[in-house]
Order: sequence, then C-alpha cells, then structure tokens
Amino acid sequence: MTGVDSIRARTRAIRGRIVRMAHAGRTPHVASALSCADVLAALYFGALRIDPSTPEDEERDRFILSKGHGCMALYATLAERGFFPEEVLEEYARDGGRLAEHPSPRCVPGLDAATGSLGHGLSLGAGLALAAKIQEQSFRVFVLLSDAECAEGSVWEAALFAGSRGLDNLVAIVDFNKWSAMGRTGSYLEPLADKWKAFGWSCTEIDGHDADALGATFARVPFEPSRPAVIIAHTIKGKGVSFMENNLEWHYRPPNDNDLKQALEEIEGRES
Amino acid sequence: MRNAFIRGLTALAERDRRVVLLTGDLGFKIFDDFAARFPRRFFNAGVAEANMMSVAGGLALGGLRPFAYSIVPFATLRCLEQIRNDICYQEAAATVVGVGGGYSYGPNGATHHALEDIAIMRCLPNMTVVCPGDPVEAELAALAAGTHAGPLYLRLGRAGDEVVHTSPPPFSIGRALVLSEGSDCALIATGGILPVAVAAAEQLAREGISCRLVSMHTVKPLDEVLLRRCAAEFGVLFTIEEHGLIGGFGSAVGEWLAASGVRCRLRSFGTRDGFAHLCGDQKYFRQLQGLTAEHIARQVLEALKDCA
Repeated sequence: MTGVDSIRARTRAIRGRIVRMAHAGRTPHVASALSCADVLAALYFGALRIDPSTPEDEERDRFILSKGHGCMALYATLAERGFFPEEVLEEYARDGGRLAEHPSPRCVPGLDAATGSLGHGLSLGAGLALAAKIQEQSFRVFVLLSDAECAEGSVWEAALFAGSRGLDNLVAIVDFNKWSAMGRTGSYLEPLADKWKAFGWSCTEIDGHDADALGATFARVPFEPSRPAVIIAHTIKGKGVSFMENNLEWHYRPPNDNDLKQALEEIEGRES
Repeated sequence: MRNAFIRGLTALAERDRRVVLLTGDLGFKIFDDFAARFPRRFFNAGVAEANMMSVAGGLALGGLRPFAYSIVPFATLRCLEQIRNDICYQEAAATVVGVGGGYSYGPNGATHHALEDIAIMRCLPNMTVVCPGDPVEAELAALAAGTHAGPLYLRLGRAGDEVVHTSPPPFSIGRALVLSEGSDCALIATGGILPVAVAAAEQLAREGISCRLVSMHTVKPLDEVLLRRCAAEFGVLFTIEEHGLIGGFGSAVGEWLAASGVRCRLRSFGTRDGFAHLCGDQKYFRQLQGLTAEHIARQVLEALKDCA
C-alpha cells in the first residue's frame, strides 16, 4: 500500500470503530464522527508531528476537537494511532469509563483539551499557538470545528484575535457538512470562506473526504506567512454508511444490531 | 488596589518568565510599565472577554501563567462558561482578575456593579477565590497567584482603596489574616470592605466591645481552622462583604457552619437582592445597604445583647 492507501485503510478502521462504539454505547452523534474521520486520519497519520510513545512532549503538535460531540472519531483515531490499547474504546459511554460523549481533559494519552460546548476550541487553540510564539517553540495547533459551530460569536472573537496577531502556527479545519442539529447550515453561514478571509486568515476549500487533497493541503500550512490557515473541508455528514449520509436522524439515533451489521458491511467490505 | 496588583504582577513577571498579562481593553496607562518591560508577554485581547478567557486557558495548557484582566462583570459573567470549561475543567493555572469589586464602579451603574461574582466563581470546581482587603493584600495576592497551582479568581477593588496594613502581613492563599485578636466577638471581612470593618471594630471598642478583626481574603477554600477557633471562642460570627447575601462570603461561612456541627450563630452583612436603579458612588451605595461602620457596629451590639 502507498501512503495514501494506507491512510484510507486506517480511515476504514476508524469508521468501523465509530459505528461499533455508537452501537455499544447506544449514543448519538455517529454521523458527526463519520463526517470528520478522513480529516482525523490525515492529521494523525500524516500532518501532526506527534509520537504516541511521548504524548506529553512539549514540542508535539496539538489537536483540539472543538466539535467535541464528534469525539468517537478522535477516540478511534487515537487508538488506531497507538496512543492507547484498543480495549480502552470499550469504556466509551460506560458507567465509570474514561471516554465520555464529550472528552474530558487528559482522559486518555494524546487527548489534550476537553471540549463539548461549541465555540471554545478555536480560542483555546489560539492561546496554545500564542504560547508557542512567546516561548519560541515550533509546535503547531490544529483545531477542528463544525460548520454549525461557526454561529457562535466566540468563534469570530477567536478568528479576529488569531488573524490580527498573525498566528501562522494555528490551523483551523471546518467540517463543512452543511448540517446543524436542526437543519441545513448553508443559509446562514455562506459565504463562509469570505468571512474567514475578512478576519485575516488564509483560506482554502477542499473535499474533506479526499485523502490526497487533505494530505497535500496539510503539507503546505501555513498557506501564507504571518497568517493563520483555515481549511474548509466539504464533507458529508454520516460519510461512509449510505443510509446515514445526509440523514439528520443519525445525529440522534444510535445504531441497532441490524444497522451495525449493514454499516460494517459497507465500511469494511468496501475496497478502494 | 489595581496599581498595587500591577506592582505585584510586575515583580512576579520579573522573576517568572511564564507570566503573561491579557486585558480586555481596560486599564488605560496602568499597564504601560509592564508592557514596556515585557512586550512579548502583554496583550490587549480587545473587548472580547469570552475569547480572552479561553486564550488564557490555552496559554496555561502551553505552560505559561496567564492573568486575564477586566472589570468584574465582564471578567466573570460575560465569559462564565469559558472560565468553567477552559480554565477550571482543564485545571489550567490561569488567574482571572476582576477589578471593581462591589460598588467600586458605583457611578457607572448596575451593569458595572460586582455583587454576584464571589457566589458564581466559588461554585466552579477547582476555582480558588481571593478577595484582597486592601492594596497591600492585593500586591501580595498577585505574587501568591503566580505560584498557585490551579485556577484562581482575584477580586480587586479599584483605585484609591484605603490601606489597612501598615506593614506587609504574612499573606498566604487560604490562610486568613488576624488584624487584632479581640476577646468578645469576631468580625470577619472579605475584600475591599475591610477598612469599614476596621472602623466598625474601632467604634465597638469605644463601646467596650473587643473584636477579633479578620481579613478572610480567601473565600474558597475558607480558613476553616480559624473559623472553628472563632466559633468555639465566641459562639457568634459576623461576616462582612460588599457583595450580595445570596451565595457570597457569608453564605460560604454559613454552609461551612451547617456542615461542621459547630454550634454558633452567624450574622452576615452584605447587599440585598436587587439592582440599583439610581445613581451614586461607592460611599452612597454602602450607606444604602447598611455597609457602614456605624450600622455594622450598632447591629453587632444588638446581636451581642441577644446572645447574652
């Protein structure tokens, strides 16, 4: 397998884990996690300068999942990348388990910041990026936001702060699947790229499920010197499971036994 | 207190390169010296307190020791969830600095009054709440905040606060300062109202009542050892704060008392539930709320008669 093929295989494994976790934990947000699986695989098996054997390394790149409800994707990716044994995923949404439906701080190795309330992650990431600048460290900070999250005013406070300070070690990725919890986002978000540009960011738009495009885009951040970068990743909510794609039911519904079987057939049976 | 705070913070920044100061576009001129000395560690984060508090959380996660400064309501209420999630939940060693405790910004109207912040900050898990009683304590509190391991809320007065301590007291977070030992009752104050408590104790002395005067600058955690000692010795505690009676310092002492099993009466002086709709300065509002030496002394005398 080439690098990108290997990442695609990893992404299939991550998607398989996501639907298994949602099924076992009987939790919502499976479609939100599927939406960002390719982005996370591209980060953790490509872009991020990290080493699972030294998860506290001060020079490691940081990742913040601002859309905390998508955390099944992050837990699955961290396990796939070797930050902790796969069995830990069985603790998801279990009484007394470490993996909550929104991540708590340092709940497992590799997980830096707690999230769950939307509109916090970009500011936290800007603080971390500023800390790197002040201390002349070389690490970078990647923050994944949901598109609906961009309705939070604090996202734009953070955008203004990072843009005006030229935090070129900060990278935001918007998981633009065009859905909020109650309907479509497009009508109030567009033109999204223009908004980021107006706040001083370098912006690019890509297919958020295209491993080649993701890898190539992450490889060229920052896009411009002295500007933070934002990647608007066009995605499909529920990507990879046909009956979950663009179906808002799966923002809420846990997969039952039959749903799981069908979903796994699609994810694991599909060769690409 | 704000000048004393910035003096303390400057001294701290001098010896600790991790100290970073953020302001929400407030503090005209008072930070000039700090900014000139530490240009890479001073940021005007703009009128965007929510972002500022999360940035402070991020700076702390990155190994720095941020102080985020604004007027109390903007530093606490506007950005409450950011403080809760991005500072307290993450166990970030960040200090939220609120200037203008109580009615310090009296003439600015109720939007600027700070009468709920102690209640709200102290119910946040991991948060330590410190309300210096005078400029001397404020300077020492800034220094102490620099070595504090977790989230901290520092509630300051404003400018021109009366100095109570004639020499630097042994300031330590969580350890109240006993200004005079006394033998009849305990007046326990927190925050900028301390000089009023001092004056009340002086009036009571003229009435033959000897007060133990305490500056309990740390509201969370309370100095339970001292509270227990006062309760056992006097059987009645008087708390004084320039803050609402719901959930504030007096409430905290009451909660402790109820759980402690200690038999002791409690009388709390603070502000009544309600917004100010008329204008006035700090002195005017203190008078209106009975937060004067005369009123407190009279009430203490009556309470002591009831106890006898």
